[in-house]
Amino acid sequence: MIFAFTDYVVCLTKAVKTSEHKSTIYKGGYIVRIEEHPILSFKRGEKIKFFFDGKEYEGFEGDTIASALHAAGVKVLGHSHNHGRPRGFYCAIGNCSSCLMTVDGEPNVRVCVEKLRDGMVVETQKGKGVLK
Amino acid sequence: MKMTDIAIVGGGPAGLSAAITAAAAGAKVTVIERDSQLGGQLRKQTHMFFGSKKQYASTRGIDIAVILQDQLKEYQDRIEVLTDATVLGLYEDGVLTIEQNDKYMKLKPEKIIVATGASEKFLAFPNNDLPGIYGAGAVQTLMNVYGVKPGNNVLMVGAGNIGLIVSYQLMQAGVNVKAIIDAAPKIGGYLVHASKIRRMGIPILTSHTVKYAHGKDSLEKVTICKLDEKWQPIPGTEQDIEADVMCISVGLSPLAELLWQIGCKMVFVPELGGHVPLRNENMETSVDGIYIAGDVAGIEEASSAMVEGRLAGLCAAKSLGYCNENYEEMRSDCQEQLNSLRSGPVGEKILAGLSKVTV
Repeated sequence: MIFAFTDYVVCLTKAVKTSEHKSTIYKGGYIVRIEEHPILSFKRGEKIKFFFDGKEYEGFEGDTIASALHAAGVKVLGHSHNHGRPRGFYCAIGNCSSCLMTVDGEPNVRVCVEKLRDGMVVETQKGKGVLK
Repeated sequence: MKMTDIAIVGGGPAGLSAAITAAAAGAKVTVIERDSQLGGQLRKQTHMFFGSKKQYASTRGIDIAVILQDQLKEYQDRIEVLTDATVLGLYEDGVLTIEQNDKYMKLKPEKIIVATGASEKFLAFPNNDLPGIYGAGAVQTLMNVYGVKPGNNVLMVGAGNIGLIVSYQLMQAGVNVKAIIDAAPKIGGYLVHASKIRRMGIPILTSHTVKYAHGKDSLEKVTICKLDEKWQPIPGTEQDIEADVMCISVGLSPLAELLWQIGCKMVFVPELGGHVPLRNENMETSVDGIYIAGDVAGIEEASSAMVEGRLAGLCAAKSLGYCNENYEEMRSDCQEQLNSLRSGPVGEKILAGLSKVTV
């Protein structure tokens, strides 16, 4: 679904209209893809289907697993080892290890730098993962 | 085992500039970049650069990335580019190990230029690991590379240039920035960026910090508080900000693992962002044949990273006998450009830091 909305910034004395944007909202998700931008144009590739914890999701060629999940409203990616605390997207460049997930059976994949491929099976990782 | 004259670790502004300059002098160069594309953080910079024409002032970072890649193509017979390739180690015998597409390989260069850049610093407060709390650079990547919004309402922590620029870019992408806070009593970034932000109506709260992040599975609310002149929280000044995104923009620290591994003498220099290597005026470290350029040598702007890259590329090539006929002229031109970029109040801090590590 595509719709337009207007952003307002409230400062102490007045509301200032900033800009108008078009964005895509996905079913059930409030996180959106940018469709119009004053400087950038996003040439998205082919639509790609993938699976996350048993459910089917859609992303685009050129997405990383994390960008596709984020666009679909999934914010929890990894978990801390000892307390199981949810961890999300932090550095986006493969440095911080907060986004480790199991991808096509392989644990500890940094989903912020792993490109999305058709039919990929992405799962929430339980534990530290083992070498096969 | 593969051989090359100069291996350059990192394909950002510093590494690409080093590669172009070294190849122009006649050296055979291998650039190793862990991302699938070259350009590093330039690929996320939609704002126009400062500096002078030689550092592409008034050009957007995203366009500078394209300019550098075009220049690289002019020397494609001498420059090999490995993307999706991560350098795993630098060894005493001069061998560098690389993983690319699940394959392991070795490279033996004559000289190495480390241009690995930096990573974002973190901030300590309760619940700082909640999803929805991002490094400011990560939000830039998500928005400007992948075209995905990080959320709806943002609290930006840090009023340095990155905090100010990313706030502006968030607004451009249609995301609401509720406020920018900074623990320091003064805005750290350039006035021109801060004025732009203020004109958009975003409050910049100095002497404020994060006290607590709230949320179950992801960020829902942030409690901030005011700091006194000794940077201590003032009781009773807490206020809640409804935000599903918090961006941490409290500085960068050099990604110097490879330099530690190879045994470069490192010095802790707060003005340069953390531990940085000792170097001479040619950007060579205490380990023979290991050069540095860009943020790994000390946190600065991309403009100075490019000039440092040229300097390192020029000097590394010269040490192998690839001498440009204008070598001395080009070298002093790089030094002059760096001096000019480091003039002004921000430069004072950088110069103070550099005086501790330049031998």
